Amino acid sequence: MSDLLDLLGSSAYWVAVLRIATPLILGTLGVLWCERAGVLNLGIEGIMVAGAFTGWLAVYQGLPLWAGVAVAALTGATLGLLHALLTVGLALSQHVAGLGITLLATALSYFSYRVSFPKVNTPPTITPFAPMDWLGLPVLSAQTPLTLLALALVPVSAWILYRTPAGLAVRMVGENPQAAEGQGLSVAAVRTSAIVGGSALMGVAGSFLTLSAFNAFFFNMINGRGWICVALVVFASWRPGKALIGALLFAFFDALQLRVQQMGDAGIPYQLYLMLPYALSILALVLVARRATYPQALMKPYRKGER
Amino acid sequence: MHLEKRSSTSATAFLLAPLLAVLVTLVISSLLVAWAGAPVGRTWGLLLQGAFGSVFAWSETLTRAIPLMLTGLAATVAFKARLFNIGAEGQLYAGALAAVAVGGLHGTEGLPGPVWVLFPLMMLASAVAGALLLLGPALMKARLGVDEVVTTLLLNFIVLLMVSAMLDGPMKDPTAMGWPQSVALQGELELTRLIERTRVHSGLIWALTLALGLWLVFKYTVFGFNVQALGSNARAAAFAGVPVTRTVTLVALLSGALAGLAGAIEVAGRTSYVTLDMSPGYGYSGIVVAMLAGLHPLGVVAASVFIAGVLVGADSMSRAIGVPTYLADVIVAVSLLCVLVATLLTQYRLRWR
Repeated sequence: MSDLLDLLGSSAYWVAVLRIATPLILGTLGVLWCERAGVLNLGIEGIMVAGAFTGWLAVYQGLPLWAGVAVAALTGATLGLLHALLTVGLALSQHVAGLGITLLATALSYFSYRVSFPKVNTPPTITPFAPMDWLGLPVLSAQTPLTLLALALVPVSAWILYRTPAGLAVRMVGENPQAAEGQGLSVAAVRTSAIVGGSALMGVAGSFLTLSAFNAFFFNMINGRGWICVALVVFASWRPGKALIGALLFAFFDALQLRVQQMGDAGIPYQLYLMLPYALSILALVLVARRATYPQALMKPYRKGER
Repeated sequence: MHLEKRSSTSATAFLLAPLLAVLVTLVISSLLVAWAGAPVGRTWGLLLQGAFGSVFAWSETLTRAIPLMLTGLAATVAFKARLFNIGAEGQLYAGALAAVAVGGLHGTEGLPGPVWVLFPLMMLASAVAGALLLLGPALMKARLGVDEVVTTLLLNFIVLLMVSAMLDGPMKDPTAMGWPQSVALQGELELTRLIERTRVHSGLIWALTLALGLWLVFKYTVFGFNVQALGSNARAAAFAGVPVTRTVTLVALLSGALAGLAGAIEVAGRTSYVTLDMSPGYGYSGIVVAMLAGLHPLGVVAASVFIAGVLVGADSMSRAIGVPTYLADVIVAVSLLCVLVATLLTQYRLRWR
């Protein structure tokens, strides 16, 4: 027990929590923007893989780190545009289109990686973002600027969503597209922009792993983080502030799981600890299920003039 | 750009759509082959030859098609009722684990009992394991409104970790020298080879029979009708007296059982023990198979042979010419997206204005 208290008192632990939370914050905000506009984006898992890969590749080719982040965002935006074309333009099943994007983005990333590096045993590395020692704040100085960006994007998202006409438009097409169309809004344009923007955030979320948390690209490095973001946004009732809390809470348990695993109780297989994040996500979904208020038009394709 | 509903779908368009989708897929993946610096024509030639060019190639393709047929059927049943089961991967592993639990050699001997008792028991156990795994998410959806896509996806990770724990612990193969694999299946429980000196096994007959059976169920039974009704309009179906919760529950059990059987048949027909890489994503590819087949059980047979051919052919092509095998995954993903668009265009007309 006192071990646990020591752990919670150590700043190294909280540094880990914030580091684990960063891609989840970015990814969850990305999902939030898509779903607030009424579109489920199961492409997230693959978009994160693609963002991690292209962002890293750009830096490996000699571009500065921030350019790598921009490339990852652009990759995400492009895949988001494809998702929008399929789900908004053609009004296809959002489930299947999203899974298709995930399969495509993952396959393309792995294919390109193998074409670019046919025979490498140890993955090539880059110099990732450095911690912000100059900041002089306890836990935050040990983080990289991308974490700061993720944290800053929470209030920015909330402000856009609740305080600007653009945010109102997004919420409107997600709740009642017919009414939005009646107000002279183009549902297709608003939804497309929201998906493109949200997917760009997912791309950046992926690039955090290759440009900040690690220094190389590995196969399977996203490992379900995208799906966890889809669960977190339900837990957060589609609110940016709660998305931050959800991501931090999740990271808190994930970091705890890692530490307890290292303290090592030989009787318990390590796989049980690794299961915890996934099990927790399901539990979170069940807990909030009763009072979850989904955006009313979520997963309902909108075809102009069709009811 | 907007869509206009066609008054009728012509049969030609319906059959042409998948072919057109495959053609577009070929064009897109050819660009990637060219980018990888390989001669495009030769790559496709090698891929085709590796998939369908000889008796051996056919046998490998059919072997690979067996689990795809079963997971494809699992996705077909579920998606027809709009139960988005993305958990076939986990259900497959659960079924494989259950098969070895019943039919495996624990210590030096397996469970006592004649083969004609143990074999059905093994198949049943795997079907039940898969079914139960999907029952949870289906009930969570029916009772609490929890989206089944996320829960089934997350369960895949949990099951895989569970399999990993079992292979390290209770089901570890003591003779495997630390290689993570389960105890082996009893020799008598293994499926017979259909062709000498190849790997095609009687699981193919199982899969074909199940596809045919499922088609008959959809065509001739009330349950099949209920599933169709639920899929086309859930509210109207409920209004017309379709027992919604019961139908969805049955669909979940059936879909999960099919995916679980895929695991048992892989173990009994090919691997004879469970490993962590026994399925290279058959559960996910099953969804693609189902969509390519237009959610038709007999179409699943054709679509699974196509996808299996791509996977097997890409392996053999990659060994010969060095284009990464991930080309197969790109082809699978692009063909899924293309077939979605093509099918839509048989029902809708695009208007640019």
